Amino acid sequence: MLIFEKSRAGRRATAQAPLQESDLDGLPQQFRRRQSASMPEVSEMQVVRHYTQLSQKNFSIDTHFYPLGSCTMKYNPRASNSLASLPGFLARHPLAPETHSQGFMGCMYDLQEMLKEATGMFAVSLSPAAGAQGEFAGVAMIRAYHDARGDDARNEILVPDAAHGTNPASAVMCGYKVREIPTGGDGDIDVEALKGVLGPQTAGIMLTNPSTVGVFERRIKEIAGLVHEAGGLLYYDGANLNAILGKVRPGDMGFDVIHMNLHKTFSTPHGGGGPGAGPVGVSERLEPYLPVPMVAQDGADYVWLTEDNRAESIGRLSAFAGNAGVLLRAYIYARLLGRDGMHRVAEFSTLNANYLLKRLTDAGFDAAYPQRRASHEFILTLKRQARELGVNTMDFAKRLLDFGVHAPTTYFPLLVPECLLIEPTETEAQDELDRFVDSMTAILQEAQNDPERVKSAPHDLPVRRLDDVRAARDLDLAWKG
Amino acid sequence: MPFIPHTEADIQAMLAIIGAPDIDTLFDEIPQALRCGELEKIPQGMSEMEVGRLMNVRARQDGQPLCFIGAGAYDHHIPAAVWQLATRGEFYTAYTPYQAEASQGTLQLLYEFQSMMTALTVMDVSNTSLYDGASALAEAVLMAVRANRKSKSKRILLPRSLHPAYRRVVHSIVRNQGIELVELPFDMESGQTDPEGLEQYAGEDFAALVIPQCNFFGVLESVDELTDWAHANRMLAVAVANPVALAVLQPPGEWGEQGADICCGEGQPLGAPLASGGPYFGFLTCTQKLVRQMPGRIIGRTLDLDGKTGFTLTLQAREQHIRRSKATSNICTNQGLMVTAATIHMSLLGAQGLERVAAACHANTGKLVKALSGLPGVSPVFKGAVFHERVLRLPLETKDALRSLAAHNVLGGYDLSADYPELGNAVLVCATEMRSDEDIEQYRSKLERVINARIQTPCKLKPDW
Repeated sequence: MLIFEKSRAGRRATAQAPLQESDLDGLPQQFRRRQSASMPEVSEMQVVRHYTQLSQKNFSIDTHFYPLGSCTMKYNPRASNSLASLPGFLARHPLAPETHSQGFMGCMYDLQEMLKEATGMFAVSLSPAAGAQGEFAGVAMIRAYHDARGDDARNEILVPDAAHGTNPASAVMCGYKVREIPTGGDGDIDVEALKGVLGPQTAGIMLTNPSTVGVFERRIKEIAGLVHEAGGLLYYDGANLNAILGKVRPGDMGFDVIHMNLHKTFSTPHGGGGPGAGPVGVSERLEPYLPVPMVAQDGADYVWLTEDNRAESIGRLSAFAGNAGVLLRAYIYARLLGRDGMHRVAEFSTLNANYLLKRLTDAGFDAAYPQRRASHEFILTLKRQARELGVNTMDFAKRLLDFGVHAPTTYFPLLVPECLLIEPTETEAQDELDRFVDSMTAILQEAQNDPERVKSAPHDLPVRRLDDVRAARDLDLAWKG
Repeated sequence: MPFIPHTEADIQAMLAIIGAPDIDTLFDEIPQALRCGELEKIPQGMSEMEVGRLMNVRARQDGQPLCFIGAGAYDHHIPAAVWQLATRGEFYTAYTPYQAEASQGTLQLLYEFQSMMTALTVMDVSNTSLYDGASALAEAVLMAVRANRKSKSKRILLPRSLHPAYRRVVHSIVRNQGIELVELPFDMESGQTDPEGLEQYAGEDFAALVIPQCNFFGVLESVDELTDWAHANRMLAVAVANPVALAVLQPPGEWGEQGADICCGEGQPLGAPLASGGPYFGFLTCTQKLVRQMPGRIIGRTLDLDGKTGFTLTLQAREQHIRRSKATSNICTNQGLMVTAATIHMSLLGAQGLERVAAACHANTGKLVKALSGLPGVSPVFKGAVFHERVLRLPLETKDALRSLAAHNVLGGYDLSADYPELGNAVLVCATEMRSDEDIEQYRSKLERVINARIQTPCKLKPDW
């Protein structure tokens, strides 16, 4: 039942609004609304009960194992939320003067410095609001760099065929054409194919490492050399930074520009779809183009760097300073972890992924890249099961929900048929991983003995499989009363 | 080890199964030469208690000044239930509802959000958020360029009276796609977009006219005339609106003869704390005709196998994970948690509650303006009617006045002199429902002393009182 359907005319949550009705006399009639908006009229308790009950229909990290590949669904420390929500932080107006912002700015400055060190980049701007905006900023900086040198014939960005969809979409938003590079049978980029497409039209290449197929790109130094030789720049998609934190740094691999997903690697909440934060880091030659605002230190004071003192910046991407509250949560997480904690993120996420991969292949599942180590995630392909049992990846995913596990990422990357991209993260214990193996094994047995049971899953959730075709055909996007 | 559950015995057992002697072996595909050593510049980890101490010091460091700044971020009361519910783990730690059956809570809430935003703006459809108001306008501009098939120009009319940061953000985001932004002047007397400045572009090819209500000066624009003018000139009308103001102002869907085509704005006034500028959320609503050009997630109501009502992500063929380089936008992660808060916030307040908040802000800003205008040399700059912000002229440099006020813990408004030098010593002030009569009197008395000190010692920047 929708909140609108619980509404009764005249019912109010009266404590929530100002007690006195104020005068609107200063607003001429011509500008006024003639009819009140059609909103629910409900009591405070009805609201609390309604949304509490809705929340209980969700799977979340706090309630379920959530091995959604490429999304790094690890535990979000409660301290990050409560400390970022201290009144002094919540009450600060984004345009408060620097004299009244030193505490907040100090946190941002420290975070910039820590991210520089963790990624091996020369400078960092925290302002992009999410990974995709970080990608946009990164590609825009690549363009600004080429433009500033008068090197404006470069009109092409290269992306691997396995890349996140945001990569080509971000490149297009920066006015580039996109050309895809094939992935070799071992999961690494096809370097020969890359050589064939590099040229004076190449503005840059966007790579994730470990790649979206869950393995480390071993020839990264060679690739960096080739791209640089052709005059292009290397962009690092930080989606998988969790796999290498404290082990190897994008700056040392030869990347010129990177974005980080703090809602992944730095454990800020995913919030049912966001907010994220997508800071960007750059090598020295791209430093002038970083998006504003940034925080700098001037003697003992912190000061803002804006369009006024950074003329070559690609500019501003949101009205104020990006998702400041998310940045604070990431900062708190980074301080809790410290340098040793960061090494351990990569170590234990990699240990968990390799353990799960071994146990699942022992249980009869096929790894997409059996000859490779897993990074912090890995891919299974259910091609064989789909062919032999008529039970596909989506069926497995839906049946997992009945077992109380959020499904891994399905059908991505597109080049591996019937794939599951599985990322356990470092915060899961061995027993939870074992339970996942048990669930997968049980579903495999079911698929052999009672395939209909799997194909019609889920059975124990608030709804069964939904009619997506109907949703897109008979659009019902808002309650109409 | 913080947040890592493994015991030494677990580690050994897991390594034995993998067949690796130690964890480091698992990184053997990374060329040795690339491996980094200690991250020396990152400090050692701290306990929760120690980090708590650090953050408490920093949160208190800047005091709690009395704030009369608006300029795109507004200090409203947020009911206690809003964030207690929004930070429930089931909302806070879920992700994009890719698995609909396991995400019906978030999906239904988002459908309710879409319903509330379409009701507030009187538009047909809503997405489930963009990053903030400014980036939502950039997406609206891109959407208008794609959608307006009558226009070949990729040119957009953007009023100078629009928030300066919004104009900068739109520029940063659209400039690489060859889109040209043409600035419309405002009338120095009313503060509204100048009709004559507009008329010079009649008959020219533009994809859209952007119409802020209210504009950055707090002034109400003649939205009916602007919308009709845009349509008569084959442009789309893109509204930029404050959602709290919409509780009492004519909704964009009813502007002019046909209504605006796209409406966007900053969602922060609906339950997001000021919090240094984010996370907030941008909202975007439009006519049914344009729904397939919309960026971002959209939720649809449908049926399951048993004919039971359920909710799911829909029209995904617009999005980057399906359409890749041909997507309507690159957006993936949005501002879901802020939308969760906004939906709860709107449910608690309802239309009448939002109207009361809007009216209280309007009345409070009226009181503030009246109180300050009684001071020598202080007067409203524009004659146009305002919602909850107004531009005042000061008898001294705005920068100096604000600095002196801030030294005494009053944040006196937004200094307009850098963005609008033509306005002279001007400041944009705002008093939401959160400011009491005593707060307003504090501002008045402090400004009075600043002005008096200035008159007595005209060369001094900081009066010593």
